Amino acid sequence: MYTNAVQPPPKQRNDSSKQTHPSGDQRFKILDATLKRHQYQQDALIEVLHKAQDLFGYLENDVLLYVAHSLKLPPSRVYGVVTFYHLFTLAPKGLHRCVVCTGTACYVKGSPALLSAVEQLSHLHPGKTSPDGQLSLMTARCLGACGIAPAVVFDGTVCGHQTPELVGDRIQAWLHPTAEVT
Amino acid sequence: MMDLAELEAIAQQEHQRETDTQIRCCVAAGCLSSNALAVKAGLEQAVSEAGLSEQVQVRGVGCMRLCCQGPLVQIDRSQKDAVLYEAVKPDDTASIVASLKGDTASAQRGDLSHPFFAGQRSIVLENSGKIDPERIEAYIAASGYQALYHALRELRPSEVVDTITRSGLRGRGGAGYPTGVKWATVAKSKSDCKFVICNADEGDPGAFMDRSVLESDPHRVLEGMAIAAYAIGAQQGYIYVRAEYPLAIQRLELAIRQAQRMGLLGSQIFDSPFDFRIDIRIGAGAYVCGEETALMASIEGKRGTPSPRPPYPDERGLWGCPTLINNVETFANIAPIIRNGADWFASIGTEKSKGTKVFALAGKIVNTGLIEVPMGTSLRQIVEAMGGSVPDGGEAKAVQTGGPSGGCIPASEFDTPVDYESLTALGSMMGSGGMIVMDQKTNMVDVARYFMEFCMDESCGKCIPCRAGTVQLYQLLSKIREGQASQGDLALMEELCDVVKYTSLCGLGQSAPNPVLSTLKYFRQEYLALLSE
Repeated sequence: MYTNAVQPPPKQRNDSSKQTHPSGDQRFKILDATLKRHQYQQDALIEVLHKAQDLFGYLENDVLLYVAHSLKLPPSRVYGVVTFYHLFTLAPKGLHRCVVCTGTACYVKGSPALLSAVEQLSHLHPGKTSPDGQLSLMTARCLGACGIAPAVVFDGTVCGHQTPELVGDRIQAWLHPTAEVT
Repeated sequence: MMDLAELEAIAQQEHQRETDTQIRCCVAAGCLSSNALAVKAGLEQAVSEAGLSEQVQVRGVGCMRLCCQGPLVQIDRSQKDAVLYEAVKPDDTASIVASLKGDTASAQRGDLSHPFFAGQRSIVLENSGKIDPERIEAYIAASGYQALYHALRELRPSEVVDTITRSGLRGRGGAGYPTGVKWATVAKSKSDCKFVICNADEGDPGAFMDRSVLESDPHRVLEGMAIAAYAIGAQQGYIYVRAEYPLAIQRLELAIRQAQRMGLLGSQIFDSPFDFRIDIRIGAGAYVCGEETALMASIEGKRGTPSPRPPYPDERGLWGCPTLINNVETFANIAPIIRNGADWFASIGTEKSKGTKVFALAGKIVNTGLIEVPMGTSLRQIVEAMGGSVPDGGEAKAVQTGGPSGGCIPASEFDTPVDYESLTALGSMMGSGGMIVMDQKTNMVDVARYFMEFCMDESCGKCIPCRAGTVQLYQLLSKIREGQASQGDLALMEELCDVVKYTSLCGLGQSAPNPVLSTLKYFRQEYLALLSE
């Protein structure tokens, strides 16, 4: 009953956007395989969205409409779920990702200083990406790595016992890649 | 077809694989981020270079508890004392292997007789740090899946429920509801579809026990779930894990595949009419999904907002079917109880809180890591003897238990035995088991504000007291912290705490004021010192 709610993306998008029509983009095929594995069950929505974000990096409207259409769910329901959960993102992420853990153990051991060091260097607030797309700054509720607090995740690698200096060096190298050579 | 003889054959084979000397290297998340994989590779290489491959085995194992000193490596030799090495670097590996021949290793030695290790009593973590979590054979060799066999072939479902009830096991997720009573309720309800859910959405900041159990001994959780499913008559189980725990997810997926291949999950387990399947559902970063009704909504693919109870999940849960929800640690206790009997379990702990509890000890403390102690152990024993107190001669000021739902217990109350009732009486709670030590430098108003910010961000927005109340409380706390609040603001804050506590829909809102109330109770002077006038 909701199939009509999904319009094919306008033609001109093909030119401006990297993403082509669903049938042309290989990533949709992989997404289709995931949908099929879950037998197009509506309760698999979160699983499917995880996969979609893995594939596309973020959840663009086209992708959301495609998922809604495939699972026969109203787009509002899909959008509602995406915006409810912190891990789903509607905007592209930067090339490098810095996640500062703000769990209690890290907090007690000085994560606020780490966060403000990154904020000062990058001029970013948590959840934002730099305009040149180099860096995204995020915070995590708790990585469960309390034994090595304070912890920061640089591009998916958890690093423990961090200090503002250590974090600063890393961020500098990312923000000014040429300086890294010297 | 899998049966007891087959299980024993696998165990036998696994024991035969074991060499006289075993080098165990921790490969749980904490040590992995301190480069444990390189250490393990280095050890393997050093062993083969020394020509010791026949006598010495290097194994990757789960959490060895002392996370702050990772990567940890332990050497076990028959008829010799075990040796622990801490903070091992890949460069140390050659000298560790050389030490087997009598040389001195360059790596830092750990003290296994320290109360941190000696004071522990392992039930949930009995295999953690000992077996390879990625090999089902290793779990079977440690008596794994025998409890499931015993339950399926020798006990009626009602007898299983009865054993759990008599053991006195209470939910390890925080509230401490008697597990046997919960099981009995679901078992009694007449329905063709029932579900078992394992709550592995360990969202409390500062708690990492469940992550460690899943990473170190995933089969134990699967076995506990299967026994529960048999007892209540369910055929489908779900494990709801946080997406923040990729290694736990990976090991669980592997464990489920292995168990299915061996016929320990799936159809007609152990040649009985019992079928049971387990699927993993991955969270997407919402703290409120640790609340059971919100968790079920999330499994159904919806926004994770809680619903009013009753009806409780044991009557109407997942897709309207009776559902049993227990926490990871609760399920991890099931197999040992079935194996060793209810009386054995009931003999450990205090009168009302039986067994052991795993705590994640962190914060301003020397020995950070996992501890498992009998219920009733005093906080002083945990913080001072086992944890080794605050580093650099500092003094502990308080311990925060129970995460954002719990409270701060001042040093003056450290002689309190740790059990459900005593912690609640102090205005905190057992919670899932995070224990954060704070020293004199920690400002308690800051701590209260930190937790309120957490609850404010994580409030799902469904009910007004929580949605609006947490924001107002946060603003009042900020005002106090900035020295701009009056006595009236403090009174207003206390009143608002009361409203939020008694009128919120779910546990998140109902317990959100706890950190404020407990810090006000024990550290009121810190608030008063910040008031203007």
